[in-house]
Amino acid sequence: MSVESVNSVEQATRYETVIGLEVHVELSTATKMFCGCATDFGGEPNSRTCPVCLGQPGSLPVPNRAAIEYAIRLGLALGCEIAPASQFHRKNYFYPDMPKNYQISQYDVPICLGGHLDITVEGETRRIGITRVHMEEDTGKSLHVGESGRIHGADYSLVDYNRAGIPLLEVVSEPDLRSAEEARAYLSELRAVVLALGISDAKLEEGSMRCDANVSLRPVGHTVFGTRAEIKNMNSLRSLGRAITYEVERQTDLLQAGEAIRQETRHWDEDGGVTHTLRVKEGEEDYRYFPDPDLLPIEPAEEWITSIRSTLPELPASIRERLVEQRGLTPDQAVTLVETGLHARLDEAAEAGAAADQAAKWLVNEVAGWANEHGVEPTAAPLSGSHLAELTALVGDGTLSTKLARQVLEAVLNGEGAPRAVVAERGLEQVSDTGALDALVDQAIAEQPDAAEQVRAGNEKAIGALVGAVMRASRGQANPQLVNELLRERLVSG
Amino acid sequence: MSLTPDDVRHVAQLARLALTDDQLDVMSEQLGAILAYAEQVAEVATADVPATGHPLRLANVWRDDEPRPSLSPHEALAPAPAAENGRFRVPRIIGEQPGARPREEPAHG
Amino acid sequence: MAEDSALATSSAADLLDLLDRGETSAVEVTRAHLERITKTDETLKAFLTVLEDDALAHAAGIDQRRSAGEPVGPLAGVPLALKDLLCTRGIPTTCGSRILADYRPPYDAGVVERLREADAVVLGKTNMDEFAMGSSTENSAFAATRNPWDLQRVPGGSSGGSAAAVAGFQATVAVGTDTGGSIRQPAALCGLVGMKPTYGLASRYGLIAFGSSLDQAGPITRTVEDAARLFQAMCGHDPRDSTSLTDPVPDVMTGLNRGMEGLRVGVVTEMMGEGMEPGVRARVGEAIDRLEPLGAEVVEVSLPHVSYGLPAYYLIAPSEASSNLSRYDGVRYGLRLDGGDTEQMMAATRAEGFGPEVQRRIMIGTYALSAGYYDAYYAQAQRVRTLILRDFEEAFGRCDVLIGPTSPSVAFGLGEKTDDPLAMYLNDVYSVPASLAGLPALSLPAGLGEHDLPVGVQLIAGVLGEAVLFRAARALEAELAFDATPRGAHALDAP
Repeated sequence: MSVESVNSVEQATRYETVIGLEVHVELSTATKMFCGCATDFGGEPNSRTCPVCLGQPGSLPVPNRAAIEYAIRLGLALGCEIAPASQFHRKNYFYPDMPKNYQISQYDVPICLGGHLDITVEGETRRIGITRVHMEEDTGKSLHVGESGRIHGADYSLVDYNRAGIPLLEVVSEPDLRSAEEARAYLSELRAVVLALGISDAKLEEGSMRCDANVSLRPVGHTVFGTRAEIKNMNSLRSLGRAITYEVERQTDLLQAGEAIRQETRHWDEDGGVTHTLRVKEGEEDYRYFPDPDLLPIEPAEEWITSIRSTLPELPASIRERLVEQRGLTPDQAVTLVETGLHARLDEAAEAGAAADQAAKWLVNEVAGWANEHGVEPTAAPLSGSHLAELTALVGDGTLSTKLARQVLEAVLNGEGAPRAVVAERGLEQVSDTGALDALVDQAIAEQPDAAEQVRAGNEKAIGALVGAVMRASRGQANPQLVNELLRERLVSG
Repeated sequence: MSLTPDDVRHVAQLARLALTDDQLDVMSEQLGAILAYAEQVAEVATADVPATGHPLRLANVWRDDEPRPSLSPHEALAPAPAAENGRFRVPRIIGEQPGARPREEPAHG
Repeated sequence: MAEDSALATSSAADLLDLLDRGETSAVEVTRAHLERITKTDETLKAFLTVLEDDALAHAAGIDQRRSAGEPVGPLAGVPLALKDLLCTRGIPTTCGSRILADYRPPYDAGVVERLREADAVVLGKTNMDEFAMGSSTENSAFAATRNPWDLQRVPGGSSGGSAAAVAGFQATVAVGTDTGGSIRQPAALCGLVGMKPTYGLASRYGLIAFGSSLDQAGPITRTVEDAARLFQAMCGHDPRDSTSLTDPVPDVMTGLNRGMEGLRVGVVTEMMGEGMEPGVRARVGEAIDRLEPLGAEVVEVSLPHVSYGLPAYYLIAPSEASSNLSRYDGVRYGLRLDGGDTEQMMAATRAEGFGPEVQRRIMIGTYALSAGYYDAYYAQAQRVRTLILRDFEEAFGRCDVLIGPTSPSVAFGLGEKTDDPLAMYLNDVYSVPASLAGLPALSLPAGLGEHDLPVGVQLIAGVLGEAVLFRAARALEAELAFDATPRGAHALDAP
């Protein structure tokens, strides 16, 4: 790209955004990548360490088979080629949170190469290229001590190596994303795939899924990439969107003012809503990659790959398509169900005889909201598919009004048992017994003669007041449709 | 092969060795001589010869995902030159974690 | 009861016989060696740590078990010295470096575990060139070890402390480590047997790394049989080392005395050229001349790329070392020099904690791996390595064992080569090829060369060819009948 073309007035007015994402996924294996230390959290600092993950003299790494399997699983789900022979390399640089002062990673022969992920934004589906997926180990965590509490201005730092050596997959996309919305959709979809595969809890907020964005602009119609900035520290889908939107504006302003974009790493400041310079890249870092002589090549047997492929779960895209086409849900319902992981509950409910559209409404409108309110994963909601089928059946046969059903659901979610049990326990059945309702209906007519007269005169709307009176008198348990019918019998046809 | 003092300074920086100017001078002379010797490898025709990183022609060595006992924090910190609150203490850190791998395609390997 | 002096000079095989017959006790044997250490180590400086109490306690335990009829290990009561780069739980492990001067590992190395299970009695940890980088043991941060054959000369290196301890009768057997010759060369210079196993047979877990694709631990002894026993006890699969072989350890004891009959021995043309001392050439030539009368068939073989072994080695080993030694940064263990920020602390610590040779190798390796040089240096060296491997493969298609010198010279004077790194490196010219190819190789004494100092002859076998290697070595040893007692005007007094 020539400088003149950027600065020329006609072309400088419109730019195309080019985004590539590098996503780190922390794997939910029981042990670290290269040693037997547990990966569970909550332990005291440095309580999940051993000579290997502390880089003590003489210690050696042995790869975790499950982590390799998880990498292959993700690679297959993303349509990657699984490398017949991949290799671990050492990435050499000094940093106190890295025990060996090199990171075991993969370089020119990663385990997965060349895949793709389809994203849908505003009804349009695009295929985003995946360059590679590779395995590496995480670093420790530093605590910066000083007034600022941040790395800058700290007096000293304290290092905890519990996280050092936890297995990571790095998923690198092609620079195929063209907007903040697409970047969000990509990350969201990748997260859904990872969750479906069960290889990570993929929590952006907690850092078990981390995302860096390479953002650049180029004049519309150009094919050469502009200078990019790498944005770090985005801890949610929302902050990814905000950071990219901000960065695109920043770069646009610079280009339109005739200024050059610097190749640099920028830090997203969530509170300030801006990115600021972290490091200017003066030439590339010299990481002196070379094959790790402590580790041998990974050459997954064809049978192993086949068996992993045969146990892949249904992936989000296919689940959504199936929910819409076979279960008759709306695309929005399908998206929410997959995003929340509640699609499995829907399938269970449908298997148990529920009408899918009804079950979907409960899951999307009520269960997801309940989980959000209570700060738990939607999939952790104590509501089985058969519970849901029971609930929809109770509404369908008139036992529960929608309003009562909501109460019953709340009770089920609070652990009070299955819907029928809650209904029995609380005596919440709708009264559909005409014998029991006759007296209440007669009483309502007697108490509101004016309303009754109006109905007789043909003003059907006036019947509402009488229905309301019966409902009140039954403390909400009367079946409103039945009450309506009984009133009409007496006032309209009589 | 001759190495300028600046080359040697750069390498010393990469290797985190605080060398004095005198040491850099001696080092550049010695490294020059050693590399001149080592450069004999360039005389060998190696087109189509794969690299051997390892004398073993083995692959697929791994372990099962089963936890093993860790050290206690006390044992982990015992050899530390400085520790505080169960963590390793280091002086202030100036640079940020270099973090993600470079974007360029691998140049070698 | 056997005399103390006899206990100190006995081979492990003889000691095991005496112990079995109840003619001595492990405590007696241990005490005899500890006394010898007390008497001689101020002169020899072979040990960095002597474990008097631990050794006597272990020995007493062995005696107790033996007298109670309980099982004891195959090396029960044999006094053993360990090179100080093998991790020993709770016991100082310095690797000859200031940077680890106060380091006590939280675990035992894999080979140490095996040797303890075999009931070898660990007398202490021996001196070495810092991080195993050197051929004279003068690069130790703590002391220069003397050669028992001439106290003004070096014992070789980097396992010079282990070699001096065995040659000086301080220990019956010792473990060294070999990256490019660090077992074989000091064994040659001290008139001993030194053996490097096939890469992957001895666990590298707990062996402080220098060049990870080359490092192997192995025995240093006064006899081939002792080396075979130690090899058998220390080798075996270790799941904590990804590069540990799962193949069974070759049985080297059963056929040890089958002689040379029927073996094809290849004389490596490229190893018999210029560059070695006349005395070395003469002794090695004489050893070769003994082969045919012993029933071997002798053939000439060529390893065309072997002369590029040393240049390739001096790119590969420093490259791996530059990365392996990055972890010594003053953060988690070892020396720290405070002052300034973390980066300055690391750079100051490393400049202070590493000696000049280690710094040189880190610099070479860092340079050889750095952007723009990787392909010409590191990658090219690895391609040359492939060619050397192929040369050996072809040779072992025709021969059972290869023969040549171990080192181009006898022991040189202290300080003679310290100012010329490249001259020091040339000591490794004959030992490096087997290291690059991961092959088992053994040095045994061929007689005396210049200044009446020991000369080593090297035997190399194919991958996992240890049985034939030890068998050939045993046959040659019997024929050469070398007396391992240091002698001469400047030698250490015998026990």
